[in-house]
Amino acid sequence: MSGSRERVLGAIRGALCRNARPDAAAEAVRRRLEHPPPNVVPMRGRLELAGRIDLFIAEAERVSTTTARLGQWNEVPSAIADYLKGVNLPASLRVAPDPALRGIPWADEPLLEFTTGPARDGDQVSVTGAFAGVAETGTLVLLSGPDSPTTLNFMPDAHIVVFPVDRIVGTYEEVWAGIRSGFDGGTLPRAVNWITGPSRTGDIEQTLLLGAHGPRLLHVLLVDV
Amino acid sequence: MESTARAFKANVNVAIADANLQAAMKRFSEGFSTKRLLAVERLPEFEALRDAATDIKNHVLENLDLYLERFESKVVETGGQVHWCTDAEEARRTILGICRDAGARTVTKSKSMISEEIAINEYLEKEGIRPVETDLGEYIIQLRHEPPSHIIAPAVHLSKDQVADAFREHHTGYPSTRVLDDPQVMLAEARAVLRGAFLAADVGITGANMLVAETGSIVLVTNEGNADLTQTLPRVQIVVASVEKVVPTLEDATTILRVLARSATGQEQAVYTTFTTGPRRPDDADGPQQYHVVLLDNGRTGMLGSEFREVLRCIRCGACVNHCPVYAAIGGHAYGWVYSGPIGAVLTPNLIGIEEAGHLPNASTLCGRCESVCPMRIPLPRMLRQLRERQYAQNQAPKAIRFGLSGWAFLARRPSLYRMATAIGVTILGMIGRRKGRFRRLPMAGGWTTARDLPAPQGRTFQQMWTSRGGRRR
Repeated sequence: MSGSRERVLGAIRGALCRNARPDAAAEAVRRRLEHPPPNVVPMRGRLELAGRIDLFIAEAERVSTTTARLGQWNEVPSAIADYLKGVNLPASLRVAPDPALRGIPWADEPLLEFTTGPARDGDQVSVTGAFAGVAETGTLVLLSGPDSPTTLNFMPDAHIVVFPVDRIVGTYEEVWAGIRSGFDGGTLPRAVNWITGPSRTGDIEQTLLLGAHGPRLLHVLLVDV
Repeated sequence: MESTARAFKANVNVAIADANLQAAMKRFSEGFSTKRLLAVERLPEFEALRDAATDIKNHVLENLDLYLERFESKVVETGGQVHWCTDAEEARRTILGICRDAGARTVTKSKSMISEEIAINEYLEKEGIRPVETDLGEYIIQLRHEPPSHIIAPAVHLSKDQVADAFREHHTGYPSTRVLDDPQVMLAEARAVLRGAFLAADVGITGANMLVAETGSIVLVTNEGNADLTQTLPRVQIVVASVEKVVPTLEDATTILRVLARSATGQEQAVYTTFTTGPRRPDDADGPQQYHVVLLDNGRTGMLGSEFREVLRCIRCGACVNHCPVYAAIGGHAYGWVYSGPIGAVLTPNLIGIEEAGHLPNASTLCGRCESVCPMRIPLPRMLRQLRERQYAQNQAPKAIRFGLSGWAFLARRPSLYRMATAIGVTILGMIGRRKGRFRRLPMAGGWTTARDLPAPQGRTFQQMWTSRGGRRR
């Protein structure tokens, strides 16, 4: 196996006409890795919070995400109950063990059943938080971890995402900055999921169909702060 | 995968006579290109992003060894394993070894062009392991034992009736009398069948849209979410990626992601973009316990040192395919191997040899639409011409072409002879065709006259008219 490693790297060095270790190239690579240039960042997302919220909602709805704004966290249970009634799904939730969701007074809505943990086969509705929303394309960013099992984002029929509006940033670059500072330059979480709308396919006669393998419904509740 | 590129001409005749395929191509022809245009118009920075994306990949290719070493060390640091492989056979054996060690019986797969190159499915099947493609289109063609006919829409050549037939034949648990004419119903059935496979799978195999050197992450882009179930549910994940997929940083990946979906389907962003780094962490509630990256050369390093280096910038968006008039006429299977359209006409001869795929670079009008939409600004028409030159230099062009070209070159280098020959030709053809003004048939011009009449020349040659109007050489 190590023979193949040397063969592949040797072939690359040969193709690049490297003689010894080219210090200038190594230096340029090191600089780029340590200080990633932002390249070209579109103006679209560079707005004040109010503008970012509006843009996030508009872009999310373009890709069939549904959204609602709530004044306070204690409105979440009734908003979810009403939503599920509207889309004809059972009031039975699989909730992420996310500290940000712990303050939600689920007991206010006695008809809502809920359990916490990763998604199981048959779970129809999941509720998670989000690390960020990205205004430029209405994209949600979720990070895997003990508080946020990845399966909740993909297995159920409906995925409900609840987070405070001030987590809406303008561009993806701001997300990376946030993740880097949160993880202190260390290892990324196992999965960083960008989610832009509910699952879809066009593989049968290019007919757009929602709910291919992931959720058919993606509903975002934005809580004012 | 076995190539039929050598039989390109016969493949084309089959494709043109296939009514189902022609109907599918008609459905296909405008969709993606119109959507791409709308997405491009919404983003003023699109052209600047194309330039930036091109620069990133150029920089990577100039430093490919350094970025791969960095990527490898980061994967290892985060608990994964890297397996370097020079060719398809070594990659297949490596993947089989990992599957065997995991005691795998079922393997789920998310769509990956490199895995088509190495034909991993057939290989695993022969070894008693069941591979299940999970991208809907890829699943459909797996049931039909077909290769993909498009980089991002592998089943674009099929009608929904053909899909329904495949489901009826293979989904034996369902009543044979069920109605299957609504795509939504068909999707629900496939989702249920494939969910069973996801839950049963011991190993998940994915490709990678990109590898990020900075963090050791792999990037996967889908609309269905199948790659995420493939890389989250089984105990073992295997990522197969060719060496040129590496990019330096998360920002660089982001720049490329801003042009990828827009170029491919006209979406602002694909539904699911996932950056995966290593296996499940000690506190995680889900994710695979083992994480393997198979880094495969399979002909890339050879291209790196050639005049085809720039094609290694390709991000497999399919824009060139979506805009190719030849592809729209014949579909993807006629190209005879994994890749179709302009990118296939450049990659296939490079990867499996010009003697095998020499027809492909000739099947182009060099209209240039491919280059004009390529987000990575790959000069595909120039490369098609270079392949033709290489073919000619290696003495592999068909006899008729060699003979015709040398005859033409002989004349073209002797202007007075050329003028005389054309003047005689025009006069004779003009006399024969004077009555009807056109030819329905003409010896050696069958390629033209089978589909339309050839207008008869009237009067004089172009050069004669040019001179008589006082035209002059500049």
